[in-house]
Amino acid sequence: MGRGIEMRARILVPVALAVAAILLGAAGFLLVYSKEPAGGRIVTVGAEPGGPFRLTDQTGAVLSDADLKGRPFAVFFGFTHCPEVCPTTLWEMSQALQALGPDADRLRVLFITVDPERDRPETLRDYLQSFDRRITGLTGTPDEIAAVAKSYRVYWRKVPTDDGDYTMDHSAMMYLMDAEGRFVDIIAYGTPEPERLAALRRLLAGA
Amino acid sequence: MSLSAIAQLRRAAFAAALALLAAGPAAAHEFKSGPIEVVHPWARATPPGAKVGGGYAEIRNGGPEPDRLVSATAEVAGRAEIHQMAVKDGVMTMRPAEDGVPVPAGGSAALAPGGYHLMLLELKRPLKAGESFAGTLTFEKAGTIPVTFEVEPIGATGPDHGAGH
Repeated sequence: MGRGIEMRARILVPVALAVAAILLGAAGFLLVYSKEPAGGRIVTVGAEPGGPFRLTDQTGAVLSDADLKGRPFAVFFGFTHCPEVCPTTLWEMSQALQALGPDADRLRVLFITVDPERDRPETLRDYLQSFDRRITGLTGTPDEIAAVAKSYRVYWRKVPTDDGDYTMDHSAMMYLMDAEGRFVDIIAYGTPEPERLAALRRLLAGA
Repeated sequence: MSLSAIAQLRRAAFAAALALLAAGPAAAHEFKSGPIEVVHPWARATPPGAKVGGGYAEIRNGGPEPDRLVSATAEVAGRAEIHQMAVKDGVMTMRPAEDGVPVPAGGSAALAPGGYHLMLLELKRPLKAGESFAGTLTFEKAGTIPVTFEVEPIGATGPDHGAGH
C-alpha cells in the first residue's frame, strides 16, 4: 500500500509540476498576448503603468510628465458623462486631500478624460468646480489620449447606445506614481477610506 | 362654545387631517401602486456642466406576482434609461438593462450605486443636493407610479447618508 502511494506520488508529482508549468506558461502567454474584444483598445502589458505624456489641462495650459517631476501624483481616467464612478472617485479624492492636510500640497491629482470628443478643457473646468481645486483635469486629441491610456495600461472603450449616443467603459482605478513618475500602487474603486488614505500617505512618505 | 367656534375648530381639525394625509407619504418618501412600493427615490448631485446623473430607489413587491420596472422618466432629464453598471477586474462597464429590472414576488429590487440605476440623460439643469424633482417609474403590471426624487450630495452612496463622513 505504502509503496503504491509512493509510486503514485513519484509519478504524480512530476506530472503535476509539468501541468502547472504548462498552465503557468499558458497564463503568461495569455497575459502578454490577450487583446480586447472587437472594437476595443489593446491593453498593453509587460511594462509598469506610466510614461511620458503631453496633455491640456482645464485652463487650456499644456501639462506634460516632465512638469510633474519631483512630485508624486495620483492619476485617474474617466469622463464627465459618467454618473457614478467618476464623480465618486473625484469626491473621495477631494476628501482625501482634505484629510491629508498640508501634505496634500505635495501631491498632484490628475483626472484624464477618455472621452476627449466631449470633454474639452472648459467642460473639465466646469465639472471640476465641485471638487478639490488641486485636482487637475486633462484632455487632448484622441491620439494623445489613446497614447497616455495605453502607457498606463488603461482599458477604455466607446460603447454605442441604441439612441445614437455612446458611453464609455473604462478602468476605474487610481494609479499612484512617485516623484520620478514611476508606478507605485493602485487604489481600486470601492477601496475603503482608511486604506485609500494609507496608500496616499505611503506614496507621500516615499517621496 | 358658540356654534361658529365649533365650526371653526372642525374646519381647523379637517385642515390638519388633510395636511397630515398630504405630509404622510412625503415624509416617509414612499410611493405605491398596488403591491409595488418605491422607497426613497434619490439622485446624486451633479457637478456643473454634467450632462448625466444617476437615479436610485428601492422597489418592494408585496404581491404574489413578480413585476418588472420597464421605464422611467424624470422632469430634469431629457431621457431616463435603466442601466446596469458593474466594476469587474477594475473596469467599469455600463449597459442599458434591456429587460428592465425584475422585482420578484414578495421581494425587492434595488436601484443602487454599483448596480442597476436610472441613467438621467440630457440633464436640463445641475442636480443640487437638498432639492427634489418629479419623475415616474413604470412597471409591467403595476403601471406608472409618480415619484419624487430627492437629491443627495455628490459623495452619497445611499439615501440620507449625506456626504458619509
